[in-house]
Amino acid sequence: MAFDEVKTVDFKVVGQRVKRPDGMDKVTGKAKFGADVVAPGMLHAAIVRSPHAHARIVKIDTSKAEALKGVKGVVTRADFAEGLSGGNLDVLENVMAGEKALYDGHAVAAVAAISPLIARDAMKLVEVEYEILPHVTDVDKAMGADAPVIRAGTADKTVPEGMHANVVRYHESGHGDVDAGFAEADLVIEDSFKTEATHQGYIEPHACLASMGEGNGDLWCCTQGHWNVQKLCAAMLGLEQSQLRVTASEIGGGFGGKTAVFIEPVALALSRKTNRPVKLVMSRSEVFRATGPTSSTSMDIKIGMKKDGTITAGQGTFRLQGGAFPGAPMEFTAMCAFAPYNLKHVKQMGFDVLANRPKQAAYRAPGSPMAAFAVESVIDELCKQLGLDPLEVRLKNASAQGTKASFGPTWDRIGLVETLEAAKAHPHYSAPTKAGQGRGISCGFWFNHGGETSVTLALSEDGTAQLSVGTPDIGGSRASMAQMAAEELGIPYENVRTTIADTATLGYNEVSHGSRVTYASGLATIKAARNAVKILCGRAAAKWGIDEDAVVWEDGFAKPSGPNAGEFDPIPIDKLTQSMGRTGGPIVGHFEATPEGAGVSFATHIVDAEVDKETGQTKIVRYTVIQDAGKAINPAYVEGQFQGGAVQGIGWALNEEYIYGEDGRLQNDLFLDYRIPVASDLPMIDTVIVEVPNPGHPYGVRGVGETSICPPLAAIANAVSAAAGVRLKELPMSPPRILAALDKQANG
Amino acid sequence: MVEVNLWSGLRAFADGKDVVEVDAKNVGEVLRGLVELHPGLEDVIEAGVSVAVDGKVIASGLMEEVMPDSEVYLMQQLKGG
Amino acid sequence: MIHVNTKVNGDEVEFLCDPRETLLDALRDQLGLTGAKEGCGTGDCGACSVTMDGRLVCSCLVLGAEAEGKEIGTVEGIANGEKLHPLQEKFIEHAALQCGICTPGILVATKSLLEKHPDPTETQVRYWLAGNLCRCTGYDKIIRAVMETAADLRKAS
Repeated sequence: MAFDEVKTVDFKVVGQRVKRPDGMDKVTGKAKFGADVVAPGMLHAAIVRSPHAHARIVKIDTSKAEALKGVKGVVTRADFAEGLSGGNLDVLENVMAGEKALYDGHAVAAVAAISPLIARDAMKLVEVEYEILPHVTDVDKAMGADAPVIRAGTADKTVPEGMHANVVRYHESGHGDVDAGFAEADLVIEDSFKTEATHQGYIEPHACLASMGEGNGDLWCCTQGHWNVQKLCAAMLGLEQSQLRVTASEIGGGFGGKTAVFIEPVALALSRKTNRPVKLVMSRSEVFRATGPTSSTSMDIKIGMKKDGTITAGQGTFRLQGGAFPGAPMEFTAMCAFAPYNLKHVKQMGFDVLANRPKQAAYRAPGSPMAAFAVESVIDELCKQLGLDPLEVRLKNASAQGTKASFGPTWDRIGLVETLEAAKAHPHYSAPTKAGQGRGISCGFWFNHGGETSVTLALSEDGTAQLSVGTPDIGGSRASMAQMAAEELGIPYENVRTTIADTATLGYNEVSHGSRVTYASGLATIKAARNAVKILCGRAAAKWGIDEDAVVWEDGFAKPSGPNAGEFDPIPIDKLTQSMGRTGGPIVGHFEATPEGAGVSFATHIVDAEVDKETGQTKIVRYTVIQDAGKAINPAYVEGQFQGGAVQGIGWALNEEYIYGEDGRLQNDLFLDYRIPVASDLPMIDTVIVEVPNPGHPYGVRGVGETSICPPLAAIANAVSAAAGVRLKELPMSPPRILAALDKQANG
Repeated sequence: MVEVNLWSGLRAFADGKDVVEVDAKNVGEVLRGLVELHPGLEDVIEAGVSVAVDGKVIASGLMEEVMPDSEVYLMQQLKGG
Repeated sequence: MIHVNTKVNGDEVEFLCDPRETLLDALRDQLGLTGAKEGCGTGDCGACSVTMDGRLVCSCLVLGAEAEGKEIGTVEGIANGEKLHPLQEKFIEHAALQCGICTPGILVATKSLLEKHPDPTETQVRYWLAGNLCRCTGYDKIIRAVMETAADLRKAS
């Protein structure tokens, strides 16, 4: 739906830095997160997990566990629905192992007991007999001839002939003739890059409270999408969807990792078996081992450039492992890789590979950061060798409205050039660097998303508004929704209360992901408010005895549209709502749709890094994020998304990685050794909000949550490579890797 | 008739073509038309595709209008995080 | 089961706990004070930060039984009834929280910092908070909120 009237001026509430409504509860400890609720008669659950990366499950003996005093029930795969297929079967297989344990930490059984400690003791009494099988965790090794077959027959028709059974999907796209393009270039650089898996690292472990009755159930959980939870759990338990009511708690971080289910079906199954509420909370170790980290990647890039900076051709091969299940986002890696560039000749290929690792899940913009790391590193190297300014080269080749995207379509209105120009003009770009420091820049791209959205706006008798949305608030969206509703209704921001409704209260809502909430729930909020305004105008028209079309809504008042409509005093909203029961009934605006028209979002990052050549440690000295937000509804929270994504990128670039041992077991499953950035690692993160309106939203909103993680890996790699004097091609660029690279360079 | 551009990896399922003409007025009809002409495309389309119409990415909707002169590109289905 | 008598946020309370239960478990499960969060259970994330006799500790590393006779301070005790502590107000004003899961721990930690060091530098604040993980904000707005609160409190005193 295109909005001919994209409002660009005269916002009264939108664009302000308002206080978010859940702030009070969160600073006083009152807010209820996933693990913060209890129910009478509640049991506590614990999950038994495979200590092997790959093993056939020969036998599970639960008798000793069941006999332990205080244990009320035990479940295995047999307690879940049979006959599932496709995506649902993959999810079930990941939630509770069937014939094989496919990764270290894979759930094989679960117990419920009257206390968490008894549940933990009972978990240890479940006896599982395993037949250990050879395993593989590296993406390239998993494609090799000797690799053990993880799940035979999983490959789909797209996979070329002759590939290992672990290669399950293939993508190829592009246009032109890359060989001709390379022939035109003055310099062609071809190189390979690797990134290790990382975890979203949300501080709140998954937690839920399940309560099953006869054929129906209630579930409380921290999730980015409770309708999705409802759908999946209903399938796995053989329930009808509407019989399961899911309520989303406050969520302590998600970033894409809480768009899937891991423990919820297990808690429901235990609750059904024991006929009591069951609380299940993951430990930090379980979160690392058995939720959804990113893919690890292995990439080959070839780019040709002329002396004047024109990129003549680009080619990329992207191999991603997504755990023991299909779904590694290799097609996004492929499609995003060259998206910032207007190329006549481009080709991208992606492989989705199985490995004995947990099923991957999204981490902000899935697949995109890794692509940027590889491509932007090569462009940086080309600029260096040709003596060209990296920003000027990007400006010269930048995608813009009317140019052809690397994945095919012609771009509509986009803001890449604006972010590059803003970077060029920013004092950071011209500030001198000190000795031992290097500067890196990178572009980044993400699609953003629309998705099923249902919103209801109920007017109270006093003229204030209750807004119900179905998208869990993962970034401050409650405030933005209230701002948009207040803007449309012409009432103060404080007069709108936003609630995240449960699945029984609203139509379907897709998960809060894809940077979709401010765009889609926002669009729906605006439409629902306009729906309510139309009804309000109708009530005023009836009171005045004039046509509905002759009434306008302004600043919270119904007014005659002009002197021809008649001379009537404006009626404020509360006068209309006060009598609404008698003038036609309660006034509720609503809107349900799957909006299409989410605007894509580009960003440019500038970073200065200092490398200590003795220890290999990197210090981020200065960081600037410049990103197109379309329209910033609440600038403070848009800045927050920019900063948060950038810092996650800093961790990913410099230190975070999944370390598997020879035995295929995860070595660093705690925050001690999976070290994410802390306050003392970082400088302030400067931000610039660029606003190139998205024609697909009434206020021009583009999603902002994900793009901020796309440039950092590359920008930091470019900065570190400049500071260290040697190109780093493997992430993370941890001290041992930097020292090894320096060593290799010195000694040849 | 609408010209539908396929990503190059789909050529194998469309008799080597990467542009296919279908008779369609909306996205749903585009997809149905593709499968009718090239049944080999069915699996990929069932797995989920997004469609870019004149630069606007239609993630999943079937009702979006398509004109005879629209630029239509098939893309792998978009998901986020 | 061990019977523990302790003081939490100025109130005399008592609870029963298993010898293996941590202070974090006791606060959350026995006393219903769910402000302190378990982010890791190993003292690495600081989401469970409380004060014990004025000392900043990770309550997941303290046994419930150790609370006997001590004075515990949690996030629930920072505000004075309806009146928020300046730190809490500044956090809201500066958007120094997004999901809010780390916020209780960070508030307890920074309250402790400002009581001991009323005029910290940015570096001192960052190092004091090095034991409190935040994954949403990148720490920028948190540091700004703390520095501004410190300045305001110094002016007021």
